[in-house]
Amino acid sequence: MTHPPPSLSDRLRAHGISRRSFLRYCATTASLLALPPAMAPRIAQALEAQRRPSVIWLSFQECTGCTESILRSDAPSIESLIFESISLDYHHTLMAASGHAAEAAREAAMAENAGQYLVLVDGSIPLGNMGFSTTAGESNVETLRRVAAGAAAIVSIGTCAAYGGIPYANPNPTGAVPVSEIIRDKPIVNIPGCPPIPAVMTSVLAHFLAFGELPELDDLGRPVVFYGQNIHDRCYRRPFYERGEFAESFDDEGAKKGWCLYKLGCKGPTTYNACAVLKWNGGTSFPIEAGHPCLGCSEPNFWDAGSFYQPLSQATDLDSRTLALAVGAGVAGAVVAGVAGREAQKAHHEAAAKRAADRSKAEVSE
Amino acid sequence: MTLLDFARGPALEWAAVIFVVGLFWRIGGLIFLARARPLSRNRRDDLWRGGWRMVWSRFVPNRVFRDRISLQFLAGWVWHVGFFVVLLMFEVHILFFEGLFGLSWPALPNTVILVAAAVTAGLLVMLLIRRATQPVLRAISGFDDYASVVVVLLPLLTGLASYAHLGLAYETMLALHLLSVALLLVWLPFSKLVHVITMLPSRYVMGVKFWRRGVEV
Ligand code: SF4
Repeated sequence: MTHPPPSLSDRLRAHGISRRSFLRYCATTASLLALPPAMAPRIAQALEAQRRPSVIWLSFQECTGCTESILRSDAPSIESLIFESISLDYHHTLMAASGHAAEAAREAAMAENAGQYLVLVDGSIPLGNMGFSTTAGESNVETLRRVAAGAAAIVSIGTCAAYGGIPYANPNPTGAVPVSEIIRDKPIVNIPGCPPIPAVMTSVLAHFLAFGELPELDDLGRPVVFYGQNIHDRCYRRPFYERGEFAESFDDEGAKKGWCLYKLGCKGPTTYNACAVLKWNGGTSFPIEAGHPCLGCSEPNFWDAGSFYQPLSQATDLDSRTLALAVGAGVAGAVVAGVAGREAQKAHHEAAAKRAADRSKAEVSE
Repeated sequence: MTLLDFARGPALEWAAVIFVVGLFWRIGGLIFLARARPLSRNRRDDLWRGGWRMVWSRFVPNRVFRDRISLQFLAGWVWHVGFFVVLLMFEVHILFFEGLFGLSWPALPNTVILVAAAVTAGLLVMLLIRRATQPVLRAISGFDDYASVVVVLLPLLTGLASYAHLGLAYETMLALHLLSVALLLVWLPFSKLVHVITMLPSRYVMGVKFWRRGVEV
């Protein structure tokens, strides 16, 4: 007799997690997703009933930082268990199988769960040369197209999958593109960040598992609940910004007093993410709290938006050399045009004088 | 490329290039202009004295017109000073100049800047309405007069909005602020705003001309 696969609640119990903790997790997830508290039992019910939905994780041009971020935890948290409780049928880094066996597992998962599996992607897809990044002899773009065809939805994890990220940065030698430029007929949710916050990732998964649909997205395809506000609006250093108290360097008095990092290049005012609220490492801290300005890593083109250490109020392309060249061009143009204009003026005066002389000569002869 | 990337990058760069080239073009044009030689004898010596006096005397209203133009004069003074205080003494603007020239100087507190910007913008709006409604002013105003006020007003309004996080998202407001600055830079050399550089020299020239004819300046 074959047993049905264990449900999430079975697995949680097996890991020694009480039902009370599980319900607390569901309540937290509901509040993270900005859902009314009454939704928590529904999330719990739906998650408990889940029979390990199939997830295929595709890694393309990436650094494995996103996987590290999402999976690394000192003690197994409920979030990571939620993650474990999906059936991760394919993941280069995590799966035991390798070579043909790994690819066969992916094919089998796709066939068994056609139209229902989730595809998680990290990394951008190179279009420049199909040989730049391949798996089992297949180019990334072919793999993505084939696997996405039978997916219920796609989750682009990290800035590279969502917006191209670092491989997409100028001069983009591999012709990298984000998932959304290749797949246009499937629901896609972007969870940008370099890497993204683990709780955001698991909450989006929980939402999909509980309600069978993706959360509300903004115009950049990000869940509004997590990416609806910028870092600056939630930053605890904001009062210093308002008072004009800025750290001038990383070790001056202002830095020691925890003043605003705007002058050190902080991109918090233009970066939409939940770092200042959810924080990292179990809610310990986030970059600005650790004394470093926000890099804006979850925004499109963050790598090309000027230096990380250049304040937002400074021009990125304009410099004093360009201005000096412009002065030279202006002076040269003015001299040429001035001399030409003067000559024209002289010719005009001479012609007028000649006309006047001719006129008076004619009058005299009359 | 986002709107902000465009504004901070190519927009500001090209606007600054057009500004500088345009300004030198205008200055060169004025310098090279052939002038008529005076045909009469000078009534007074020390011509520079007349030029110098005129440069300063016109900073206060002429006694004859004082009652009629004091309000306009005062409003003009205040908004010009306010504009330069905001431009040169705001922490974030100093940062901009530091990025460009490597020089920085002490800033005024943000609250002072906020008040200066609000007063400046308010006065400009008032003067704009006055220009559009007073029959005489209206009759002597052309497109350049209205456009120049608006082009100066826009950076103030967008700057205030981005500082106070009003209206659109901060990055959009900041981008609009930088774009309005780019517009000001492009517009300035080719409009009446060029008086920024021609006003004092032309007062001097006028003073010299008056002086040599014996007119009190
Ligand atoms: S540190 Fe950055 S995000 Fe925080 S207040 Fe300053 S500019 Fe804003």
